[in-house]
Amino acid sequence: MAELGIPLSSSRPAPLVGASVADFIQLMKPRVMSLVVFTAFTGLMLAPGQLNPVLASIAILCIAVGAGASGALNMWYDADIDARMQRTAGRPIPRGAVSPEEALTFGVILSIGSVTTLGLVVNWLAGALLALTIAFYLFVYTIWLKRRTPHNIVIGGAAGAFPPMIGWAAASGGISLESFVLFLIIFMWTPPHFWALALYRARDYERVGVPMLPVVAGADATRKQIVIYSTLLVIVAFLPALLNLGGAAYALTTIVAGGVLLARALAVHRVRHGRAAERAARRLFAYSIVYLFVLFAVLLLEAAFGRYLSLSGVSPA
Amino acid sequence: MSDEEQREWERRRKMRSVAIALALAALVALFYIATIARLGGNVLNRPL
Repeated sequence: MAELGIPLSSSRPAPLVGASVADFIQLMKPRVMSLVVFTAFTGLMLAPGQLNPVLASIAILCIAVGAGASGALNMWYDADIDARMQRTAGRPIPRGAVSPEEALTFGVILSIGSVTTLGLVVNWLAGALLALTIAFYLFVYTIWLKRRTPHNIVIGGAAGAFPPMIGWAAASGGISLESFVLFLIIFMWTPPHFWALALYRARDYERVGVPMLPVVAGADATRKQIVIYSTLLVIVAFLPALLNLGGAAYALTTIVAGGVLLARALAVHRVRHGRAAERAARRLFAYSIVYLFVLFAVLLLEAAFGRYLSLSGVSPA
Repeated sequence: MSDEEQREWERRRKMRSVAIALALAALVALFYIATIARLGGNVLNRPL
């Protein structure tokens, strides 16, 4: 990474001064963690049943730590390719701040600790779902699919889609159609989100041999898939309104925000050359994050408002 | 390793040790609070 003075090579310098606490926090991918925490909290708030606020906080903490553990294990396994990609060359292992063994140990301890605590304190269904999420992200996505197939993020996206289901299971003790719909929204959101990124990072992925869709099938095929998956996402995102999981505000938001998403996806499909094409992909990538955040934020606000009304003895209807 | 690097190495090791100690203390507190939250008023419900 030229601007950080980090060479883009696979060589891994030995840690000279040891890892700082900040390096271990970086191993946990804090930005990914924040989205996981937010979607898990939404699932927890939307679920039927009342979970003690202290236990709910512990559940969210466990889910956050479990997500961080997945990040550390992913960085441990992918250290060789991370070192050769501009976007990831500054991560703690390629930078030489944390050794791979430290990252592996850190990830395993956090995985066991978060799953066990969630199981013991909240319930074992939530604990099992968290264990499944971590295992899916490490074994299915990182180790099995990522370097083998352009469908890596389509199937691997399931790992990122589990958190609202875990939150729901923590609060209600079960899995339902509603929690599956929350899962489905993130599952359908993942491919267009990462393919937009892959469009302007294709050379990075090509250099390290990760068969992302633009590398294997070309940019135009990727653009077509982005439009298809974005359309499916907008349809799936409307399901909470049909299931009474979201109210009128959600229905309106999903139509407006979905329209903007489709417009940006179509712009990526239409503008295919030069800097304008890269700009369109970057805009879709950035907006997709806002889109998911807004959908879950409205669901969360409606749920919080509904609970407030029920506590006040007023019927939400 | 130069003196400066040695000092930095020791500083970072100390910070890691403090972080581990705090995490363990937080875990103890977490299980204590979780126990009280799960048992609620039943904490006092025992034969004397």
